[in-house]
Amino acid sequence: MKNSFKKVALGGVITSNPTLKLVLGTCPTLALTTAAMNGLGMGAAVTFVLICSNLLISLLRKVIPNQVRIPAFVLIIATFVTIVRLALDKFLPPIYESLGLYLPLIVVNCIILGRAESFASKNGVGWSILDGLFMGIGFTLALTLMGAVREFLGYGTLFNVQIMNFQIGFFSSSAGAFFTYAVFIAVFSLVSSLISNKRKRKAFAKTQTPVQDCAKEVE
Amino acid sequence: MAQFIMIVVSAVFINNFVVVQFLGICPFLGVSKDFKSALGMGLAVTFVMTLTCLITYPLYALLARFNIEFLEIIVFIFVIAAIVQMIEMALKKFSPSLYNAMGIYLPLITTNCAVLGVAELVIDHGQMASLIGLSSPEMMNMGFAVLYGLFAGLGFTLAIVIMSGMRERVARLPISKHLKGFPIAMILACFIAMAFFVFALI
Repeated sequence: MKNSFKKVALGGVITSNPTLKLVLGTCPTLALTTAAMNGLGMGAAVTFVLICSNLLISLLRKVIPNQVRIPAFVLIIATFVTIVRLALDKFLPPIYESLGLYLPLIVVNCIILGRAESFASKNGVGWSILDGLFMGIGFTLALTLMGAVREFLGYGTLFNVQIMNFQIGFFSSSAGAFFTYAVFIAVFSLVSSLISNKRKRKAFAKTQTPVQDCAKEVE
Repeated sequence: MAQFIMIVVSAVFINNFVVVQFLGICPFLGVSKDFKSALGMGLAVTFVMTLTCLITYPLYALLARFNIEFLEIIVFIFVIAAIVQMIEMALKKFSPSLYNAMGIYLPLITTNCAVLGVAELVIDHGQMASLIGLSSPEMMNMGFAVLYGLFAGLGFTLAIVIMSGMRERVARLPISKHLKGFPIAMILACFIAMAFFVFALI
């Protein structure tokens, strides 16, 4: 039980991070990371839709016929996106404005359909909600981190607070978006391979020691 | 005529869907490994985008008349899914060779942000007026919407074809395994974006 919780939590945030590892939902990631605040707003909206759609799809997974499951998933997702859109428009107009066109485009965000297809349609309600939550957190973290880097380098600010007085136009442009994303994926892959190599070496060393001892005894 | 040129330049170059507005990045990175499939995907998306604008633009006016425009997302995604499904069936029936060539890309078009993106964009008259240089939002009409859909699709095709050419070359180079795949593709996209940025300065 505990192990599985750990697996779902770590999977969503780190080992299969939707943005950095699976490279899904790239459109909002590139477009909205000009500021760290956008990352939080988009992340929260996507997390809400992910949790709700995972919940409903998991509940209905035995009712929805296999042949029409994709249209059914899309309908469920589109419903929740409409709810988020109306709610943001009413209660948080500044965030609604800053997300703009990318808010309705959550419907076609591959992360949500991907989780519906590969997790929620096969697992229980509780696990699906958890998976939605942690996938959403992973997405939010990646977006906010990238947003912070680009905002700091591009405008010298962090969460709209002036920190340094410089501007590198490249990082706030669209070319900078691609570049920052590329660097993030490459660094993420490098760090995770270093960690797994270290683990492997440790495990290898553990299995090796008794053998070496035997060898010494033979000598 | 001047308006027509303005739409072409704006949709294809200045506000290129892929590298400036970040719409349709998934197929841009996923289906750009070789020239032929990139061109096929681009043209298929262009066709669907044009058809989508043609249907969703009047449909939105209809929804607005009944005061249920909040249903737009659900209605639009269903229109797009239906169009893609119909194209798939029509191709299967009338041109099996084309169907076999494009078969795997067709279902992907439904979840392409560029298609839903253009449908959402053309109904936003204020945004469109500034994008294609209309003097007032009221001047926006269905003709402009369909033209914008067509040329935005061609802009997508242009970007994905350029990308495929660059990736075919880069695939032969020795690259660190951490940069292989998505990161190097995004660095290439970064160069394309820089090239397109020049048009915004005009």
